[in-house]
Amino acid sequence: MTGLFSEKMAMHIIVRIQRYNPQTHKSAWFEDFEVAVEPADKLLDALMFVKRNLDGTLCFRKSCAHGICGSDGMTINDVERLACRTLIQDVIGDQAENDRPVVTVEPLRSLPVQRDLMVDYTRFFETYRLVKPFLIPVGKVERGETIQTPAERRKFDDPTKCILCASCYSSCPVVAQYDPDFIGPAAVLQAARFVFDCRDQGIAPRLDVLDHPHGVWPCASHFNCTRVCPRGIKVTRCINLVKRAIKEFREQQHQNI
Amino acid sequence: MSKTQVHEFDAVIVGAGGAGLYAALEASRAGGTNRTAVISKLLPIRSHTGTAQGGIGAALGNVENDKPQWHAFDTVKGGDYLVDQQAATILADDAVQAVYELENRGLPFSRTENGRIDQRRFGGHTRNFGEAPVRRACYAADRTGHMILQTLYQQCIKNEVSFFDEFHLVDVLIDGCKCAGVVALELATGVLNVFHSKAVMIATGGFGRMFRTTSNAYANTGDGPAVLARRGVPLEDMEFFQFHPTGIRGMGILITEAVRGEGGVLRNGKGERFMENYAPTLLDLAPRDMIARAMVTEIRSGRGVLGDPSKDDYLYLDATGLGSEVLARKLPDISDFCRTYLGLDPAEKPIPVQPTAHYAMGGIPTDLHGRVLADGHGGLYEGLYAAGESACVSVHGANRLGTNSLVDLIVFGRRAGRHMADFVKQAVLRELPADAADNTAESLDRLRGQRGDARAEQIRASMKAVMMDSVGIYRDGAGLAEAVRQLQGLRQATEQVKVRDTARQYNTDLLELLELQNLLDLALVTAASAEHRRETRGAHAREDFPHRDDDKYLKHTLAWLDGVSVRLGTKPVDLSIWEPKPREY
Repeated sequence: MTGLFSEKMAMHIIVRIQRYNPQTHKSAWFEDFEVAVEPADKLLDALMFVKRNLDGTLCFRKSCAHGICGSDGMTINDVERLACRTLIQDVIGDQAENDRPVVTVEPLRSLPVQRDLMVDYTRFFETYRLVKPFLIPVGKVERGETIQTPAERRKFDDPTKCILCASCYSSCPVVAQYDPDFIGPAAVLQAARFVFDCRDQGIAPRLDVLDHPHGVWPCASHFNCTRVCPRGIKVTRCINLVKRAIKEFREQQHQNI
Repeated sequence: MSKTQVHEFDAVIVGAGGAGLYAALEASRAGGTNRTAVISKLLPIRSHTGTAQGGIGAALGNVENDKPQWHAFDTVKGGDYLVDQQAATILADDAVQAVYELENRGLPFSRTENGRIDQRRFGGHTRNFGEAPVRRACYAADRTGHMILQTLYQQCIKNEVSFFDEFHLVDVLIDGCKCAGVVALELATGVLNVFHSKAVMIATGGFGRMFRTTSNAYANTGDGPAVLARRGVPLEDMEFFQFHPTGIRGMGILITEAVRGEGGVLRNGKGERFMENYAPTLLDLAPRDMIARAMVTEIRSGRGVLGDPSKDDYLYLDATGLGSEVLARKLPDISDFCRTYLGLDPAEKPIPVQPTAHYAMGGIPTDLHGRVLADGHGGLYEGLYAAGESACVSVHGANRLGTNSLVDLIVFGRRAGRHMADFVKQAVLRELPADAADNTAESLDRLRGQRGDARAEQIRASMKAVMMDSVGIYRDGAGLAEAVRQLQGLRQATEQVKVRDTARQYNTDLLELLELQNLLDLALVTAASAEHRRETRGAHAREDFPHRDDDKYLKHTLAWLDGVSVRLGTKPVDLSIWEPKPREY
């Protein structure tokens, strides 16, 4: 936090936040808060300032504040982002009112809103659990470590970066418009984490979930997940690799018959 | 107050970070009959273990000769001889098997060319009792903690551990020296939940949020130790709080020591590698307390980048010598932080850094099985365990070595989980007091009904300033005495804070006030313990007592909180293996 409490407050912005409390209101509304910031402040800093100084009833999740824990996924100017990895300077400029830049903040999409920017992740973590997101070892290691070459390790490096923030799930047009039962990009990505790990039994124990009408197949490569991933994971590519692995597995099965 | 909900379990673990999850795995595995629950105030895998970057130390000897005995010695010396030496031996011995277990359970470690777990250098870890740095830190790029947390959570799913997400600890039910469960507030409903159980383990992590500049998550508010302190449980060695040398300037975001392990160096404003003057053998891989002090000395002497000690001056961490390939492969997250928050490429420009409050060496005193101690003479609480950063075994003494926090979680989380699993098999469920949640309900109602005009944010800012300015890297008696006085006043002022959110559901305003009270209780104990220790040892540097004083202070501090006063006692240090020596690197 360099700006909010220092003397040289560089600029004033409007943070326009979607508010909603299902206990007291029938529908959501927007509320504007004017906050003094420096361009290099994080949007999370501005939200914390609002909560702690302007309106204690504002609800959102946060924890590590530097893009690792995945708590503060939200929709910022219509794009899924982590508030703690979003600098003010990166989200102002598109819109202004009375010379004040406006940043619009809404909850993640495709998950029910609990209150303000908090969403219910139940369905998201259900899809995660569905793919058996744990090592199903090929064999038992007698003692010490399993040997795995750097090349074998690289094959599943990308999906190990996932922090389960649900940005991809929220951005997915398939989940939103075509198939709400699609398990979603994060679940397939987590499956990829194990499918391509040579220590794991791979596709076979996860086939019933992945090779399923709501498994990998609804994905139509819109690439939204890849665009919004705060960890820079090539999510769509991983999904396509899983699709190919399923096809190869089925062909192998077919040949064995 | 809404109706209270009651649950019954054999073992309840509070906290879903590395220590809590490892304990849950062990407790849920043994015999398969134990009913184990993990409660956490966060959603899954949001815990702070996930932010640990650089590595987990274990003397595997995969890339060069290494021995657990050397690891244990480094730990003892790194902790300025306030480490309990049998505990350090267990830490180093068990680390090897624990790392293999993590690997076997899927942890994607980075690998050597021949496919073994790769290892790299870290501060204070040496071969042959201090000769030269050794490659001991097993790592998964620079997201080792993330991978540990993911792997353990995955295994808990496999073992079908019951999770209660977003339940906030508010009380531990202790009668005399026996524990009967915990009380937690459910965020979604605002309802108090009583978890009646044979055993309870506290693994709530650290409390660095009491300082202005910190690497710690917002969630790190020490809920477990604070609740126990209010219940009369002593806290150990709270005066020792580690400042990590390399936080991003002004933000506190951590830049892992692995940057220096891979060859990065610290430079002052003149471009000099100043650690040559402070630690001629280990240089930039000296222990963190020494480097943090050296940085303050450089800045105070006008050798910071701004060259002006009256400003918020800083220094440089220079990783330009590593090359972009090594940075991309071994330190990708760090490179990403630099790009995101500083707009710079560490392969091209040095990183502006300042020390950042990082780790509590002290905490809830335990024995080698994680059982909570009631006094300095071996007295124990029955059915009450603690592990991880919230606990103090003590393996970190006056200063923790890099990577040893992850080792501590895994080794002692595992040991406590195993002991707890055996304990609950023979233990009976203690009768639940009829008024188990009444006290908590009353005090919450009092807080909710408070109409005073004190503002939580002002109190919070004052606490952080006091801790940073008077209980930070350098301290002195007068400043500490004043800090104690101020913290007492601030704690009392929290009783006058009006909770602005009146809703039952998702009342984060109320929870933040409870967290602030927890931080203030622990800040007070920290300052009082620091005032009492009139010597300089490890991370506790007294300007009015600049030398270590083994005659008077080679002993652990125990502190009991009573309202806003602190009573102090001591506990002997286990010196059964190595004789204390001056600490040079």
